[in-house]
Amino acid sequence: MLKDNLTQDRDRHVVSNIDQEIVMYDNTIVRNFSIAAAVWGIIGMIVGLTAALQLVFPALNFSEITTFGRIRPLHTNAVIFAFVGNGIFAGIYYSLQRLCKTRMYSDALSNINFWGWQLIILSAVITLPLGITSSKEYAELEWPIDIAITGIWVVFGWNMFATILKRREKHMYVAIWFYIATFVTVAVLHIVNSFGLPVSFMKSYSWYAGVQDALVQWWYGHNAVAFFLTTPYLGLMYYFVPKAANRPVYSYRLSIIHFWALIFIYIWAGPHHLLYTALPDWAQSLGVVFSIMLIAPSWGGMLNGLLTLRGAWDKVREDVVLKFMVVALTAYGMATFEGPMLSLKNVNAIAHFTDWVVAHVHVGGLGWNGFLTFGMLYWLFPKMYRTELWSKKLANFHFWIGTLGIIFYALPMYWAGFTQSLMWKEFTADGFLAYPNFLETVTQIKPMYLLRAFGGGLFIVGALAMCYNLYMTAKKGSFLANEPSQVPAIKEEKHDAKEHWHRAIEKRPTQLLIFSLIVILIGGLVEMVPTFLVKSNVPTIASVKPYTPLELEGRDLYIKEGCNNCHTQMIRPFRSETERYGEYSKAGEFVYDHPFLWGSKRTGPDLHREGGKYPDSWHYNHMLDPESMSPGSIMPAYPWMITRKLDTDNLEAKISAMRKLGVPYPEGYEDKALADLQTQAVGISDNLAQSGIRVTSDKEIIAMIAYLQRLGIDIKGESNE
Amino acid sequence: MSVIFILILISLLVAGTFLAAFLWAMKSGQFDDEFTPSVRMLFDDEKPSKQQSNSHK
Repeated sequence: MLKDNLTQDRDRHVVSNIDQEIVMYDNTIVRNFSIAAAVWGIIGMIVGLTAALQLVFPALNFSEITTFGRIRPLHTNAVIFAFVGNGIFAGIYYSLQRLCKTRMYSDALSNINFWGWQLIILSAVITLPLGITSSKEYAELEWPIDIAITGIWVVFGWNMFATILKRREKHMYVAIWFYIATFVTVAVLHIVNSFGLPVSFMKSYSWYAGVQDALVQWWYGHNAVAFFLTTPYLGLMYYFVPKAANRPVYSYRLSIIHFWALIFIYIWAGPHHLLYTALPDWAQSLGVVFSIMLIAPSWGGMLNGLLTLRGAWDKVREDVVLKFMVVALTAYGMATFEGPMLSLKNVNAIAHFTDWVVAHVHVGGLGWNGFLTFGMLYWLFPKMYRTELWSKKLANFHFWIGTLGIIFYALPMYWAGFTQSLMWKEFTADGFLAYPNFLETVTQIKPMYLLRAFGGGLFIVGALAMCYNLYMTAKKGSFLANEPSQVPAIKEEKHDAKEHWHRAIEKRPTQLLIFSLIVILIGGLVEMVPTFLVKSNVPTIASVKPYTPLELEGRDLYIKEGCNNCHTQMIRPFRSETERYGEYSKAGEFVYDHPFLWGSKRTGPDLHREGGKYPDSWHYNHMLDPESMSPGSIMPAYPWMITRKLDTDNLEAKISAMRKLGVPYPEGYEDKALADLQTQAVGISDNLAQSGIRVTSDKEIIAMIAYLQRLGIDIKGESNE
Repeated sequence: MSVIFILILISLLVAGTFLAAFLWAMKSGQFDDEFTPSVRMLFDDEKPSKQQSNSHK
């Protein structure tokens, strides 16, 4: 086959009689990113498995730095930005050079991209377990790391655009369009969502509050799925599937239509994460409409990928690379059918906050991203090491155990999701909640959590088999660091009067770099605008007051411990929820919440009306040992909160930062804040003493209790306003 | 809630960027040929003959 192609290619060149020159494709950078993807993938998956097991065996929370609330973001960040992120770079660096028939613009930029990205991941591995987090999902990293991400992303874009500019192939293959959209959109999303006001070196408050913060977060969150997990991978799919099958994509026209439709529609879909919340209805509807429309381009892409294999299905039987890619595409199809369905309000009412959503994202993550990465790596390694894959048998084993893993993961989680939702919503004939104790709905699904962990375990075994296989392949072969290739020389274009204006800038990489930097800066400039307009026109509620200094510190502990990973603070207007938790949540209640803490999953009960539900002593005992208050609870224990002194060093900075963000603390309140904090703390300490609990007022637990007791009480007593 | 207007603005901006890119791509002839590109990418580049390059076997 290769020979045929070469012959054809040679004929083509002979006929066109173009001067030939030799370029060296950089394989080293591709290999580095590939290895990084594999290694971080294993780490991210093992962290995920640990988190899964913690939900069955709370003892596995071990220590402070490994509680579920801290390692769950570590898992998501590792698999999204480390595993998939490195996979994206590996695939782009490989395919872009070949599609543009040129080496990457700059080896130095390639290496900065590589090492910078690994350092960012490393900083995430260090900071997240330490509880340094912004709490915003998939954007947890604190502001200095956010700035580093922006820098490295610009380096990547610079290198990519400059490479595209010096391309020897005028026509840009569709994969490149996807890469470009990825770069531009991720830059905008990251900058807008990460906007915050630093309080100290590793602490900042989101610029936005409550409803607005939620909206920005999920505009980002959904488009992180769209432009980090989808568009770059579609680009890779359009390169690697035709390559692996050795036949052209089913319809090039469809790929173009699908590209433009997908990138346009995706941007709008974010609010479907906030259905039935305090977000205004019309914004919810806007999100729903666009989410439903998304099925068309998504399935266009999936079908285009699958139909590429028309007449070549016999190859799928033989070729393990194609097997992985077919399952990846199928998983993509399932996930993108399910997504629009989950965006329907009536379906969302059942699925939201349950494990259904966890199943949904893992079909996408394990199936689409995981399997496409695996297929790509199995294709790349033999090519770069100029040998055959070490063991096809082992690769087949990986394929089957990985597929089984996905099934064992997804099915129990769907089951768990339905079970949860049905139990939460069930009423007795007399009109009472059938399962008033939330814990019952947790213990019921523990067996499904265990099965899910089994599925995840199978998936990891497969991934480990791949690592060994790739390692042996590398050992057997010899690495081709610089791959020589004979390509047509760049023609000196004659100046054509009718030439499109853009051609001029295309020939000048430096100017284009500046131009693209300006394009990036637009994102930064535009986000300055909301800072002037945000002055909450959320319906204000007079009784909603800013947090006291102690509550503010408690809230920061809540963020630090990642409580929002399991507890929501958003009671939807359903009878099943108002009955269980209390008055539904209103937009005006969150105006001082920088950041918002609505959460996205109820592994534990909602806490928005937690204030005043239990005495202080209950919270004390519950934090010390959850099982003492709720036998069978899977919540980790937080004994260190009882012994550790509350750090109030940044209190003044926090108060003043909050005021800058629009929270109406009086001028000069910084000076009185600490005294207020101590007075309130002593009150709680005395209260605990009356229940026979002796704890000094300067401990973290006091602040935590203060915050929990404050939750949702501002509008109590006037809930029928 | 005003942030939704900002997000719509940014969304329109991003969408507009894509529209502009689309129009440019159309005009510059990126989509004139809807067949060759899909086949062309399948061809591996020609390996240089030995006289031209001794850097690999």
